[in-house]
Amino acid sequence: MTGPSPLTPSFASPAEPAEDYVIEVEGLRSQFGDHVVHEDLHLNVRRGEIVAVVGGSGSGKSVLLNSIIGLKVPEAGIVKVYGQDVARTRESGGLERRWGVLFQHGALFSNLTVRENIEAPMREHTRLSPQEMEELADLKIALVGLRPDAGALKPSELSGGMRKRAALARALALDPELLFLDEPTAGLDPIGAGAFDELIHDLSESLHLTVFMITHDLDSLYTITDRVAVIADRKVVAEAPVAELETSDHPWIREYFLGPRGRAAAKATAQGSLA
Amino acid sequence: MRTVKLTGDWTLNAVDREGRRLSAALRSAPVQHYDLTDVGRMDTAGAFALIRAAGGTLDLARVEARPESQRLIELVARAAAKREVPKEEPRGWHEMTVRIGKGVVGTGYDAFDTLVFAGHLLIVLAKSLINPFRIRWASVFSLAERAGLDAIPIVALTSFFIGAVVGLLGANMLREFGAQVFAVELIGVAVLREFNILITAILLAGRSASSFAAEIGSMKMNQEVDAMKVMGVDPFEALVFPRFMALLITIPLLTFVATLAGLCGGLAITWTVLDIGPSFFFQRILEYVGPTHFWVGMSKAPIMAIVIAGIGCRQGMEVGGDVESLGRRVTAAVVHAIFAIIMIDAAFALLYMELDI
Repeated sequence: MTGPSPLTPSFASPAEPAEDYVIEVEGLRSQFGDHVVHEDLHLNVRRGEIVAVVGGSGSGKSVLLNSIIGLKVPEAGIVKVYGQDVARTRESGGLERRWGVLFQHGALFSNLTVRENIEAPMREHTRLSPQEMEELADLKIALVGLRPDAGALKPSELSGGMRKRAALARALALDPELLFLDEPTAGLDPIGAGAFDELIHDLSESLHLTVFMITHDLDSLYTITDRVAVIADRKVVAEAPVAELETSDHPWIREYFLGPRGRAAAKATAQGSLA
Repeated sequence: MRTVKLTGDWTLNAVDREGRRLSAALRSAPVQHYDLTDVGRMDTAGAFALIRAAGGTLDLARVEARPESQRLIELVARAAAKREVPKEEPRGWHEMTVRIGKGVVGTGYDAFDTLVFAGHLLIVLAKSLINPFRIRWASVFSLAERAGLDAIPIVALTSFFIGAVVGLLGANMLREFGAQVFAVELIGVAVLREFNILITAILLAGRSASSFAAEIGSMKMNQEVDAMKVMGVDPFEALVFPRFMALLITIPLLTFVATLAGLCGGLAITWTVLDIGPSFFFQRILEYVGPTHFWVGMSKAPIMAIVIAGIGCRQGMEVGGDVESLGRRVTAAVVHAIFAIIMIDAAFALLYMELDI
């Protein structure tokens, strides 16, 4: 794991160099006992995109995320990240250095301080001196908009919004190329959620991140995503920019985007872009 | 043409009795018209009672009521129509067979998972032997302090009292034969061979197996274990293995402490009751009990350490997403660990008896 990983990633799949896919999900089937969550699900994410996954409760968004980051072995199908089969190359693939994951509730290590949490991935994958790690961790703390003194606090002493930011800082600890976000704005107040969206957008622009996010937040969808994948009926039923999805005739998508909340979000974005 | 007129409050409080009266009244003949204009307060339970009395469906056109009641009935009628008839669960004999079957299959999976756990641990052990720098020594030592050093007072005290009790029993029994001096041997053999390790192991099962299960389990609930995995950290290396090492280091040491404390407890009794002083006591232990018994006791320590740490960590890793499973797993960790300790001790007793040690 300490071996050097290529600094500039080569093309993900040599077979089709034209399409530079970071995440490829082919024919995924996920199943818990008799309950089939996904059936023949396909999804591709290109480099540099911000892709959001939406779907009703229980439609398997988190299961999809877990399959992509290797926490769940799919019952059938292949999940590739940077061209590597995730289920097979968990240990030696070095993918952990190239991705960062923000879990829904942060999943910060509760017995470590915020700074130690951010240092944890560095300690695992680099040979930085303690002082360098501390400086880098403080930089990440400032980057995600936390107060400098938050570094010495334990996760239990943080508010929900601060915990999300701290978890984002940890996800960014190794300067990943790919960022997974599980409901990043859930449980935040609207102002905090807006600021968080902006932060993710800025980071992805300036660091050329590829972002894969699960969200319910229509405002996030309209403001920061390039493409939205809709999961319904165990499949990805649509994969398009939000504006195109509004014209879809799939009943669930219509209800989602053309319901009162969807309209409000669309309107707000339209006004925002005019101003 | 029949009209039903309802009056008064139709709320949760009245629904049980009045609802049944209404059902009985409506069953006799079909109803054309419901007059609800004189109803005082109506809530969802009241509306549901009316719908149920009408036979599950209610034609809203036949209901005359104030607009808010009308809306409420409409809302409740829609929800009531969606209500699914609960699936009939097997009962009695059938239920018992289902439960037995689930239990058997569960035990099978459990055994398989234990093998997987043991295999994973062996791999981590091999990796750590090849490269000792992989071992997280900082957490090994902090765990050793918590599980071992902090347990010294309770282990020593308990062992002291057990030693004293054995001494007291022996002194009283053997005095009848005029052989009270053999109480020393009794104390020596009992403490050196059995009680030192048993007391230590059982106390640590209560203290450490439970805390290991709770710590790892709550990390699992909080997705911290998942976060570790996606970071490329093997939870076995970071969480399980240090706990193994900590107990492997501390249980033999604690057993030694328990041995000393047990002997002191026995000595306290022989000294006060039988007037056998320390120098005579320890000389007799040395000559007639000897080091073999001591090593028999100590030889069980590493096995006990592995069992306690293994059961605690494994139960912790099995915790699911809910609080109930955490509680169940922590309980299971303690119960399984104590059971395993007694079993292993019995197996050792048989083994050493066959070996004539």
